[in-house]
Amino acid sequence: MSLPFLLEIGTEEIPDWMISTALENLRLSFEKLEIPHESVRLDATPRRLVLRAEGLPAHQPDSVERVLGPPKSAPAQAVAGFARKQGIQPDEMKVESTPKGEYYTYLKQVPGRNIIDLLAESLPGVILSLYFPKTMYWTGRGGPRFIRPIRWIVALLGDDIIPFELAGVRAGALTSGHRRLGAREIAVTTSDYQQRLSDHGVILSAEERRNRIRSGMTGIRIKPDDKLLETLVYLTECPMPIQGSFDPQFLELPEEVLITVMRHHQRYFSVQDAEGKLAPQFVAVMNIASDPEGFVRRGNERVLRARFNDARFFWETDQKKSLSDRKPDLANVTFQAKLGSYLAKTERMMQLAAELGGDAHAVRAAELCKIDLTTELVKEFTELQGVVGGLYARVQGESEPVWQAIYDHYKPESMDDAIPRHRTAQIVALADKLDTLRGCFGVGLIPTGSRDPFALRRAAQGVVRILIEGRFDISLFDFIGDDEALRAFFAERVRYYFKDIRGFAYDEINACMAATPNPSRDREGAVSSSASWGNLVDLEARLERVRGLRASPDFEPLAAAFKRIANILEQAKEKGFTPLPSGIDEALLEAGPERELYEEFRRIAGQPIENVISRLRPKIDLFFDKVLVNTPDPAVRQNRLTLLQTLLAEFSTIADFSEIVTNS
Amino acid sequence: MQSFQEIILTLKQYWADRGCIIQEPYDTEVGAGTMCPETFLRVLGPDPYRTAYVQPSRRPADGRYGDNPNRLYKHSQLQVILKPAPADVIEQYLGSLEAIGIDLKQHDLKLEEDNWEAPTLGAWGIGWQVMLDGLEISQFTYFQQCGGIDLDLVPAELTYGLERLTAFLQVKDSVYDIEWAPGFSYGDVRYKDELQYSVYNFEMADVATLWKLFDLHEGEATRLIQLYDPKSADKKRFPLLPAYDQVLKCSNLFNTLDARGAVSVTERVGVIQRVRKMAVAVAAAWVDQQGGAGASACQPAEVAQ
Repeated sequence: MSLPFLLEIGTEEIPDWMISTALENLRLSFEKLEIPHESVRLDATPRRLVLRAEGLPAHQPDSVERVLGPPKSAPAQAVAGFARKQGIQPDEMKVESTPKGEYYTYLKQVPGRNIIDLLAESLPGVILSLYFPKTMYWTGRGGPRFIRPIRWIVALLGDDIIPFELAGVRAGALTSGHRRLGAREIAVTTSDYQQRLSDHGVILSAEERRNRIRSGMTGIRIKPDDKLLETLVYLTECPMPIQGSFDPQFLELPEEVLITVMRHHQRYFSVQDAEGKLAPQFVAVMNIASDPEGFVRRGNERVLRARFNDARFFWETDQKKSLSDRKPDLANVTFQAKLGSYLAKTERMMQLAAELGGDAHAVRAAELCKIDLTTELVKEFTELQGVVGGLYARVQGESEPVWQAIYDHYKPESMDDAIPRHRTAQIVALADKLDTLRGCFGVGLIPTGSRDPFALRRAAQGVVRILIEGRFDISLFDFIGDDEALRAFFAERVRYYFKDIRGFAYDEINACMAATPNPSRDREGAVSSSASWGNLVDLEARLERVRGLRASPDFEPLAAAFKRIANILEQAKEKGFTPLPSGIDEALLEAGPERELYEEFRRIAGQPIENVISRLRPKIDLFFDKVLVNTPDPAVRQNRLTLLQTLLAEFSTIADFSEIVTNS
Repeated sequence: MQSFQEIILTLKQYWADRGCIIQEPYDTEVGAGTMCPETFLRVLGPDPYRTAYVQPSRRPADGRYGDNPNRLYKHSQLQVILKPAPADVIEQYLGSLEAIGIDLKQHDLKLEEDNWEAPTLGAWGIGWQVMLDGLEISQFTYFQQCGGIDLDLVPAELTYGLERLTAFLQVKDSVYDIEWAPGFSYGDVRYKDELQYSVYNFEMADVATLWKLFDLHEGEATRLIQLYDPKSADKKRFPLLPAYDQVLKCSNLFNTLDARGAVSVTERVGVIQRVRKMAVAVAAAWVDQQGGAGASACQPAEVAQ
């Protein structure tokens, strides 16, 4: 028999941004029960998480389990005792040979359980194990925890209620409709569930709600905003967009401010005119079907008017004192207790901007960029920090590179966000982030696990992206110094960027980051093992080359050979090997593969490895085939090892090929 | 059209009908209804309790000299505590909106995530802001912790912003235009408060005096807290409620100093910690005095013994 299954967890309003993850977890928890089924469907509104499956059996199949009894050598009494305990006759057992010896065994018939019993037992655990970022208790201290109180549960297998209780709620066949458009208790079956909800004002499918919002906005030129759309899909059970308008005189305020008020504070879509400029209209999404009297529209318009009036008040008040005049006020804004005020940070950033090659514009922008923290507008709309400073700088007559750099200096704020728009802005953004990172690591504020209150990961990720995508031909190490923890922190960000964002293989990244820098560019003996990846533009170029090389059939064998060379040299060094200071002594080279390898090396040295890989590989293969490296003659051995070391060094400037994972 | 006071009376009656003790405002300055002992201390311990009261809430930094149509130094909160929260608490809350004449079928209502936290009280909870046609009209919180103590019973706290709610119902753009009582606007009744307290808080409050007062009240609270002896046979008569009043004085002085621009960002955290320390200590002593976690509350008869 094949049965439909319905589980609806009825709750109070779940935060919209947690719902998709919760549904995915619900699916995984259900799959873990290993109950056969044909299909699963998940749905959610703010007040319900729903899993429906088709084709569940009523029973588990019966199964047979082999039970191991006493060994054959056991006294008859023990054998009889075992049989009694299992409720069988001794002749139902047989003797089998097992890895442990000869044993009595018996095939126990295990009847399959009813699926409904299995579900009744496991569903409370399934529900309570769903992960939410922040949970609460509501039935009293020590009670179950969930994201919001559970108020009803529908749990049906076919026509039967799956009997269980959770947090004082008995699972049943009664759901609940839309808070205002539906009944509080609605009897449902697995087949009419969705329809019954729909009759009571609840659109169960997120896709349907999304389409309803979209189609309600056709003909209106809204500023596309998928994130806001998703928020509204999971904030409503019966969404309906309505259009409202505001006084065009508010358009004198910067668009950024207007949009922030509409989007972040009111969850409205903003509307554009034919030229793409902000129009004095908005679209709000209601959680009811219609607004025939216009109450909702007028209410929202009034709220928006009050909000815009506030913003205008702040915008005008802030302008009474210019950014320059406000600079001393930064002394009263703490950056971090041990790192002093934002004024101190500003001085450091100005210095750093100059060191990064910034011109007078960059230094000026660094000087002004944090001052908007003292304005009322930023205190009210913290998400507009930087942007507001840039806007004030523009109206106060700062040059374009300066105000744009202030405007952009928090960018990139996420992996999807663009890096600052031009060099000056990039330098200011780097100065800000590098100062924060250096300062915090300097006083031991190093992120651990999920704790990263200063968003240092994001800052470091931003530095990495700006350096690479902004084509900065400089070494990161010149700006983060010798702090090992900070280097390791950056190494992690660099790996993440190239692997997860750019798609390089982890061993390619390891190989390129472990490369030995070009000796000609090195100061004597000053090379540390991690010194080669500081120039991220160079690292990117080498990664591209290694990815290109990997296509060559000679690549993997050569990488394997390099690994062998690295091992040989390491062992030799442990035994006291040092390379010949004068280089390879040609007189000590043995005729045949060794000399051929050397001569090939001399011909190709200095050429890009791409051009010579096919010539080099047979010579190395032959060398390892025919030549004994650890020959008894110490002079020949030293010379031979020196040859290998020279060869390795020549081609390790792109990557340490011994890090490449090969199949051979 | 219902006046401001009619709306208040209707809501009080609504909650009285649902078993709430109707209290009058607490007579010490507070920043929110949560800070009154009727909430802060009553949510502690294992005894059910229901109360509702209007609390004038003073927020010196929000004063705007009576110029801003939406911001007030002193606004009025209707504070409702249902301990423990009944399963239909949201429906009851929606019922209260209908009681004051809001037809919820004609308006848009959303519950948007907003978890409340009061660092000076060591208190936090999970909940929502209630949005009516895009306007935040209430804060709804399931308390989880108060005075740093996990609560035995989870209360629901409903906080109505009465001026906003009234402006919404009376369709007024400025709170000063709402009708308080027939013939009297909100401005008639409260404009002078807004103006004069703004002048005092932003311009004339003497910083040195306020700091001195802060220290004095802190000293008195701390002195009392240290004298509380959990082992004393007489502990039920120990004046913890007066000790808590001293904490409230400190909290209001801190807010005034803050508005006056006298608290640097660096100092801020430290002062909040000082207030919190006192609040947490009073809460712990209160739980002990009322019979300890899990025990039933002290009855008047017990005190007499």
